[in-house]
Amino acid sequence: MIEINLDKSSVRELNEKLQGGSVGDKFSINNTVGKHALSVGLTTDVDVEINGHVGYYCAGMNQKANIVINGNAGPGLAENMMSGEVRVTGNASQYAAATAHGGLLVIEGDSSSRCGISMKGVNIVVGGNIGHMSAFMAQSGCLVVCGDAGDALGDSIYEAKLYVRGKVKSLGTDCIEKEMRDEHKKELQQLLSQSKMSHGVEEFRRYGSARKLYNFDIDQVDDY
Amino acid sequence: MSKDNPTLIESATFPRHVIAEIQRAAKTGIYDIRGFGAKRDIPTFDDLVFLGASTSRYPLEGYREKCTTEVVLGNRFAKNPIHLKTPITIAGMSFGSLSAQAKESLGRGATIAGTSTTTGDGGMTPEERGHSKTLVYQYLPSRYGMNPDDLRKADAIEIVLGQGAKPGGGGMLLGQKISPRVAQMRNLPEGIDQRSACRHPDWTGPDDLEIKIQELREITNWEKPIYVKVGATRVFYDVTLAVKAGADVVVVDGMQGGTAATQDVFIEHVGIPTLPAVRMAVEALQEMDMHRKVQLIVSGGIRSGADVAKALALGADAVSIGTAALIALGDQSPEFDDEYKAIGSAAGFWDDYQAGNDPAGITTQDPELAKRLDPILGGRRLANYINVLTLELQTLARACGKSHVHNLEPEDMVALTIEAAAMAGVPLAGTDWIPGKGGI
Ligand SMILES: Cc1cc2nc3c(=O)[nH]c(=O)nc-3n(C[C@H](O)[C@H](O)[C@H](O)COP(=O)(O)O)c2cc1C
Repeated sequence: MIEINLDKSSVRELNEKLQGGSVGDKFSINNTVGKHALSVGLTTDVDVEINGHVGYYCAGMNQKANIVINGNAGPGLAENMMSGEVRVTGNASQYAAATAHGGLLVIEGDSSSRCGISMKGVNIVVGGNIGHMSAFMAQSGCLVVCGDAGDALGDSIYEAKLYVRGKVKSLGTDCIEKEMRDEHKKELQQLLSQSKMSHGVEEFRRYGSARKLYNFDIDQVDDY
Repeated sequence: MSKDNPTLIESATFPRHVIAEIQRAAKTGIYDIRGFGAKRDIPTFDDLVFLGASTSRYPLEGYREKCTTEVVLGNRFAKNPIHLKTPITIAGMSFGSLSAQAKESLGRGATIAGTSTTTGDGGMTPEERGHSKTLVYQYLPSRYGMNPDDLRKADAIEIVLGQGAKPGGGGMLLGQKISPRVAQMRNLPEGIDQRSACRHPDWTGPDDLEIKIQELREITNWEKPIYVKVGATRVFYDVTLAVKAGADVVVVDGMQGGTAATQDVFIEHVGIPTLPAVRMAVEALQEMDMHRKVQLIVSGGIRSGADVAKALALGADAVSIGTAALIALGDQSPEFDDEYKAIGSAAGFWDDYQAGNDPAGITTQDPELAKRLDPILGGRRLANYINVLTLELQTLARACGKSHVHNLEPEDMVALTIEAAAMAGVPLAGTDWIPGKGGI
């Protein structure tokens, strides 16, 4: 275990060390005190444990690394992640996994507004609730919410799949409830076990795109 | 008034093109979406002239005495600033709006001419990276095709906050241009109308932008210059905030800047012309004592070496060209006039870049049309054109007695109209009057 204390090391030194890690390396990071851009741009299969709260863009653009944050995360957690796994034991602020292309983000607590905005293939599992405008323009990947979803869920959604266990305050434009077929149950089951959530798949409903905004149609103009 | 019948008087309020637009709107129910830039008459660099040297200053000998054009971009924080032979760069134009061949031509042309080219919405293609010695990677609100591997392959990063053709607006790529390759790069189904967001998904204000810049630097080892591109509106404040957020380079794109697909109402009615935008940007940099420390790139309607020289004289470090570069590749070529006519246009008027049926094979994803552009020939034409602009720029700089094009200054110019004098902050010719001086 390589320990990095942010009381002594700068963010630059931290990221340099993490980015230079070899497969299987294990890092433990302490004294984060909400610093920004921690553990960003990793490209190898290393294990990173961050003890404490983190600021903006933690785990940004992650590739392959396994990152666990024992605390809360600020805005833009795991933004544009490509692969690997990021887990936060507390809550996450706005825009978690924004535009992320792959990998798995697990938020054990709640996630604020715009969770999964423009997601492009990432899988996100939230243990608690998510805020308004989540999965806005979500393109692909899955967003699993074990609690409730806020206003305008999945507004202008493309091909992403949304699974919500609790209540949905309102659905955004062009987002509708869809049938849960076997393939969806299987997919959801896999995501729940991968993220170590114990709920049953039958407790969830699925939402996705009505695909009415895909090509401009003057008769849908009020929906834009 | 009609030429053939003097009793027919055309309305100034309802001229034929306005009538045609009302008729088109009534028929289709959708606003006009098009490419190209603003077509209305606005004050431009044409309204400025240089005061060549004579008794009070002496000129430099053309072709003999040195007049250097090299420029360094991004030496504020980046470990590896960009070095260019000429201050004329190629603006960001997306693969998707342009064919792969067109992108390759831009890379080839820029490389021969010793300058940089820029990716665009939709990400970086291997063709483009492979053929561009210096490639700037755009970081856009849509993040289509945004990939950290490509980010690390780039020579500089340009955070796009806006474009002159549509400040405050997002992008559009209509279904006709969403080919399998474009769809795959953008993670979207084929053939759908694809909207690009108008603001970044993971921050809102300038304080967040500062942290975003830190993140990008951390991911790229503080090596790459970070540009921030804005559409010209509240230029003074936007440039100030971009510099405060940590930009190495600021790109200001005036309202006449080109676009691949934007609502006509946006193109013609939002943003301010390039002419005042340069002056406002320079004032912002000077006020922070950052002029020449944070470099300024100006774009929007740059066509000639005279435009370049005037932008530089007002204080820009470099310029960017979009539309003119496409024309150099073959856009608007009379060679295709019959085909332009067949689709209701004509060489010199073609602006349906969004339609995907470009006879010149530039703004298209149709493999047959795209084949018409030979990237080697296209690259050569673009390099020729950039070289001509550079020579023109040097000619004007020498005439003003300058041994480096960056030594051009506002004092070398006067304005031909009161509007241009006020906007550019140089005196009206024959007077020492600069209208509105003291304001920003
Ligand atoms: C076909 C085309 C595609 C463009 N795509 C982008 C883009 O993806 N991102 C961007 O920031 N600007 C884009 N622009 C704007 C250019 O980067 C640049 O700001 C503009 O073309 C400069 O004005 P000019 O065309 O008068 O030279 C595009 C312009 C054109 C003509």
